[in-house]
Amino acid sequence: MGSLNIENVKKAFGPVEVLKGINLEVNDGEFVVFVGPSGCGKSTLLRVIAGLEDSTSGRVVIDGADVSATPPAKRGIAMVFQTYALYPHLTVKNNMGLGLRQAGTPAPEIERRIGIASSMLSLEPYLGRRPAELSGGQRQRVAIGRAVVREPKLFLFDEPLSNLDAALRVNTRLEIAQLHRRLKATMIYVTHDQVEAMTLADKIVVLNAGKIEQIGGPMELYNSPANEFVAGFIGSPKMNFVDGARLGETAKTIGVRPEHLTVDPKSGAWKGTVVHAEHLGADTNLYLDCEKAGLITVRIFGVYDAEPGATLYATPDPAKTYRFGADGKVLK
Amino acid sequence: MSTATRSMPRTIGAHAILLTYTVIALFPVILVIMNSFKSRAGIFGAPLTPPTPKTFDLIGYTTVIGQGDFIHYFQNSLVVTVASLFFVLLFGAMAAFALSEYRFRGNSLMGLYLALGIMIPIRLGTVAILQLMVASELVNTLTALILVYTAQGLPLAVFILSEFMKQVSDDLKNAGRIDGLSEYTIFFRLVLPLVRPSMATVAVFTMIPIWNDLWFPLILAPSEETKTVTLGAQLFLGQFVTNWNAILAALSLAIMPVLILYVIFSRQLIRGITSGAVK
Repeated sequence: MGSLNIENVKKAFGPVEVLKGINLEVNDGEFVVFVGPSGCGKSTLLRVIAGLEDSTSGRVVIDGADVSATPPAKRGIAMVFQTYALYPHLTVKNNMGLGLRQAGTPAPEIERRIGIASSMLSLEPYLGRRPAELSGGQRQRVAIGRAVVREPKLFLFDEPLSNLDAALRVNTRLEIAQLHRRLKATMIYVTHDQVEAMTLADKIVVLNAGKIEQIGGPMELYNSPANEFVAGFIGSPKMNFVDGARLGETAKTIGVRPEHLTVDPKSGAWKGTVVHAEHLGADTNLYLDCEKAGLITVRIFGVYDAEPGATLYATPDPAKTYRFGADGKVLK
Repeated sequence: MSTATRSMPRTIGAHAILLTYTVIALFPVILVIMNSFKSRAGIFGAPLTPPTPKTFDLIGYTTVIGQGDFIHYFQNSLVVTVASLFFVLLFGAMAAFALSEYRFRGNSLMGLYLALGIMIPIRLGTVAILQLMVASELVNTLTALILVYTAQGLPLAVFILSEFMKQVSDDLKNAGRIDGLSEYTIFFRLVLPLVRPSMATVAVFTMIPIWNDLWFPLILAPSEETKTVTLGAQLFLGQFVTNWNAILAALSLAIMPVLILYVIFSRQLIRGITSGAVK
């Protein structure tokens, strides 16, 4: 009751092609995250699914029905926006109920659904308030509540956490994850933050320049990225890329994640100088300028004392080193 | 605040300039109101002194109210101003919404065309307008004035409002679309309240030239039935004898309605800025 099929969707604004043929299948109850750098087309794809933008060609199928020509309100979707987009002149209760009232739902039913949604999101004390009287986190919860009461086939989230501060972001992320577990609804979530993608998704879709680079579970993308872009995008700090020729390798580029490098003051594969050290408590990020490998990042779990200017040897874990060909694809 | 803007000489200088300007701007208005309460001899004897018990006289006001049909002229002016204002704001906002919200072929060309009216004075077309009004039998009706003033006010309204409408959050409009609101509801219920401050600005800019206009009432609607206040005041302006008491009284009275409208709109301006919107 909440599947989505996207078939060869293309979107162009004048001569600029934003989506270059997207094919995607989302199963009922899945939490799918679109992730990619800004300008990669992820928000445009979400808008095409919502019906806020028409695709230039291709089909959008929700629950087996082609909705390419259906207006947004009739697609059985609900959307949560980055800027909350609450109606400033309506109370929290009316904000949540407006969509249902427009669709002609009987009043007792609207009351019931608002009751359920507001208790789920602990919004009961604020039902009579206007958006201007709420904090950022409360406003985003109202926006989520407005989506929940519609009982849609498909939830669409457009960077819902970007406007919240760091602490609130973690809380709201947790709430969205719990919401997904309780409602067992299909959700599509757009973000540029790979941490949100990794923590929330059943399935991540990595987009770049209007094309899908790879689709897979979070660990699948982390452990076996298909190409250099995905390898660099998933994981934080970013994967180190070293020119293969400088290491005497046949591959064009060698990739190794910061956490798959070990350091030793006496001996190792790559000799380097400490440029900067970031102490985060649970782990330490070292920036090394290596003779062979150039500037690399090393992530060490726990505390590690290293003064800038000190000499250290970094050694990659050979089992967790990736080799990329000239076309950026992983060499098996 | 930086120390430079708080320094004493600068503050005094700024205030001196502003005060001078205020005095220059208010002087004629105060002169008119002051002299409207004086007798004829008082006006000519000492035009710059406020009314004293000796020179105080309400003859101007009694003439205005007694002679001619001034209440009726006021009504005409008010009908024309309010109706034109209503249409300028309604059509201006609708055109601005279409220009800022929808992508269509010729969008920017259409915007430019609508803005062209700011640069070309409508009075250049007076003869053609008169012929048009004669042909459509609208001469000596308030409708003629309302139509002309609506056309006169629209270019600036479209220009200012489309700039402000572009700033209204797309997310909010899209949220409305997903909730099944029609484009009209989105426009009237979501967008218009958010651009209220700019509507007030446009209203003030549009209203004052209409209220003060003498040209079009004189040409299009000079009949007794359709006279506006500015035209009515001409009654006292003779070729040989001018009834200054009555003219000054009429002008003083004419300031009032426009002042009241201005106060209403400027309050909207401030309230609009302080109300919470999207973030």
